[in-house]
Amino acid sequence: MRYFPLTDSEREEIKNFLGIKDTKELFSDIPKDKSYFSMNDIPSALTEDQLLIKFRELAKKNKYSNYLSFLGAGSYNHFIPEVVNYLISKGELSTPYTPYQAEVSQGSLQGMFEYQTMITMLTGMDVSNSSLYDGGTAAAEGVLLALRKSKKNRILIASNLHPEYIEIIHTYIQNLNFEAKFIEFDKETGKIDLNQLKEKTYENCGGFIFQSPNFLGVIEETKTISDITHSKEIFSIQVTAEAMSLAFLTPAAENGVDIIVGEAQSFGIPIGFGGPYLGFIGAKKEFLRQMPGRIVGQTVDTKGRKGYVLTLSTREQHIKREKATSNICSNQALCALRAAIYLSTMGQKGLKEISKTNHLNTAYFVKEASKLSNINIKYKKDFYNEVVLEIKNNKVEDFIAKLEEKNIIAGVPLKYFYSDFENSILINFTEIHKKKDIDKLINAIGETE
Amino acid sequence: MNKLQKPIFEKSRKGKIGYSFSPTEFSDDLITIDKKKLREDIKDFPQLSEVEVVRHYTNLAQLNHSVDSGFYPLGSCTMKYNPKINEKIANFEEFSTHPYSPHKFVEGNLEIITTFEEWLKKITAMAAFTLTPSAGAHGEITGMMIIKKYLSSKGDPRKTILIPDSAHGTNPSSAHFAGYEIIEIPSNKDGIIDVETLKEYLNEDVAALMMTNPNTLGIFEKNICKISEILHKNGSLLYMDGANMNAFMGIARPGDLGVDVLHLNLHKTFSTPHGGGGPGSGPVGVASYLIKYLPTPIVYKKDNNYFVKYHEEKSIGRVKNFYGNFLVIVKALTYLMSIGKEYIRKVAEDAVLNANYIRKSLEPFLELPYKSKTLHEVVFSDNNLNVTTLDIAKSLLDYGIHPFTIYFPLIVHGAMMIEPTETESKETIDEFIDVMKKILEKAKNDPEYIKGAPYTTPVSRLDEVLAARKHILKWENLGE
Repeated sequence: MRYFPLTDSEREEIKNFLGIKDTKELFSDIPKDKSYFSMNDIPSALTEDQLLIKFRELAKKNKYSNYLSFLGAGSYNHFIPEVVNYLISKGELSTPYTPYQAEVSQGSLQGMFEYQTMITMLTGMDVSNSSLYDGGTAAAEGVLLALRKSKKNRILIASNLHPEYIEIIHTYIQNLNFEAKFIEFDKETGKIDLNQLKEKTYENCGGFIFQSPNFLGVIEETKTISDITHSKEIFSIQVTAEAMSLAFLTPAAENGVDIIVGEAQSFGIPIGFGGPYLGFIGAKKEFLRQMPGRIVGQTVDTKGRKGYVLTLSTREQHIKREKATSNICSNQALCALRAAIYLSTMGQKGLKEISKTNHLNTAYFVKEASKLSNINIKYKKDFYNEVVLEIKNNKVEDFIAKLEEKNIIAGVPLKYFYSDFENSILINFTEIHKKKDIDKLINAIGETE
Repeated sequence: MNKLQKPIFEKSRKGKIGYSFSPTEFSDDLITIDKKKLREDIKDFPQLSEVEVVRHYTNLAQLNHSVDSGFYPLGSCTMKYNPKINEKIANFEEFSTHPYSPHKFVEGNLEIITTFEEWLKKITAMAAFTLTPSAGAHGEITGMMIIKKYLSSKGDPRKTILIPDSAHGTNPSSAHFAGYEIIEIPSNKDGIIDVETLKEYLNEDVAALMMTNPNTLGIFEKNICKISEILHKNGSLLYMDGANMNAFMGIARPGDLGVDVLHLNLHKTFSTPHGGGGPGSGPVGVASYLIKYLPTPIVYKKDNNYFVKYHEEKSIGRVKNFYGNFLVIVKALTYLMSIGKEYIRKVAEDAVLNANYIRKSLEPFLELPYKSKTLHEVVFSDNNLNVTTLDIAKSLLDYGIHPFTIYFPLIVHGAMMIEPTETESKETIDEFIDVMKKILEKAKNDPEYIKGAPYTTPVSRLDEVLAARKHILKWENLGE
């Protein structure tokens, strides 16, 4: 078998050297009555050509790619330049471990250092780490970071934060004696109810976590939110699930945000049925010693040459064990490198152009679809690349089915997440949609009467 | 070449373009957002041509040691060969679907998830798995939360987790973030958990024992069945960290050994590339009485149809977006299908043969603090040497060999933790043994030389103290 370089005669040679007759002797510490179980119900090995046939069959069972899809909601289909796929598939980048031996890992380390730099440039924050698992766990780490720093035990959560992110935050805090309280959003604007944020006070609260653009696609009044949270002496934690918006909207730091976390899948990472993705975090420098995860720093070698190492490891589990700032070890390093390659390829101009195109495509849809009588676009002000569509004359299931007949997957039904959005879907436009695609969607919606 | 690279930001020149994409079909007049909310240029962001991007990252790649380029015996990390067919299959465009797609359009993906779970169940004898955790430590915290939820639901919340002193740092950290207090228990002179010692630590506060098996000394916890029995008698659970499952995959099954909760590392035993620090995947398997506590979503097959359950009353809740690191799961399934029942056992057999070959070959030259049977990895000490483990590690770099794991486990002075895996040839291992002997010989005659290593790497030893003091964590524009 091609993955086993030892030959039978070498196996014999090693066994003779070890003074054993049977390999089984090496496993004699394993209880005898529990070892060498029957393999009968395990399938036989497939050869490489058989594997391709098998997985092509599985691939054919996915009908998704036959459809024009407008699904978003935390996973965004963007164009990926071929150089990104080409470079990231290099074994020298994909097959090392975490760079513990810096002298032979400068490639990975410099890549991570440059990724950290790009995240700080995009968000305006002082520091970034080298990656977290995904947007949802990054949100949970953001909450834990704020509570650790503030030494408080309550967190305020905007109810229009991605519902999966809320679930993950809840999972993470449920065992730690932390408590979550919610700030509602205004059903008319889709934005956080600022009056409620101003008026509600909770003792022992360490931060307010909100999403912008939020789960309903609406850009929040981030600066005002930060001003309010600071007046109440709690941290402002922004979540951005669509990282492409970072190149279009005012950076978090300029709006007074203390911590930004989110999902950077949009930067060159395929939608991949939901993973692997890329959690990012940026924060003001006062949070540095409380940050979760790996951080790369610049230093010099014995000859004074510039080099990079994993640093501030006294925060981490391998040193601090149960007192570490996070339990994270392996993170999403290759996804972060993918993002760095994508961002380098798109560059200043490309990223800004693409980011704007996302918005313009959405704006064109909003303008044209507003003329239709059978739907209503709920939040026409301050959207980025997603909008909520209220379906008037159809049940949401029927509406979706009618569009599917035209090979369109229209959007994510919001009733999965909110009880009072019975007949609405969340719909996303990126640069991969052309005018003719958007027109096709508008015509198809018009014909659902 | 191996030439150090300037930061990409210093290669950037205004006006250079590295991408090609059709321009927008619409005018800026469509923008109704208040200008104050829109950003200016991204200060100092890279501007390069396509070829310059390719060269930057190609040159960076050449500064790395990797499994593809040479021997990588990093203990407890299972740096085995990453098959290329796995990558090709995971890159099939049809698999890259949207996670919120209607299920009827992604049946292939749902079949992959349930099929992989079936494989894992057969290999481990656990009753069910969640595939959503992103890495080993993520699996650990998920497993700890399952235990916590189960015990709380029973009205028997317990406060502490017992963890052996040889455990990886993520174990105590994961247990801590699941709300537990940690009590460390000492290993015995054989390097394993002592049943009598364990009994002394057991009381009504103990929720579980978190055991890495084989442990980080490469030794199988041979009393595991007895340990499981006395834990259960005490109302406590047995958690097994399966990071080292490569040592006995196909030989025995954790479920048969009395394990209640198990996590596996797909980026170790199941051959998916480690990526320089992820993405990994850390599936968690449980005994049947814990199934209802598994995190959501739960993908299942019924009458040849696939369903997804998003809410389950007793579940710990969601630990990760969507379905986990799906494309990593595709690679791991490809691997299992390619080895099949004919070779699953061969993985552990060859891995353990290779580790024992190294042990016996180097035992005359290095102190072996624990003499118990070695499985997949062997741990030596730098006691009685006139150079340190770090010096030897750095010397290996000059021979194109990645060092073993160093200074871990903590219970061995100057630990050198060597894990060859099954995917190394005898020639490679012989060469490693020879190089080790050469380094140890040189250390006797000329220790200063060894202490100055490495000499041939792109950079020499780096000043970590300076890095930790100066905090240069991003590139800054200091002008031309």
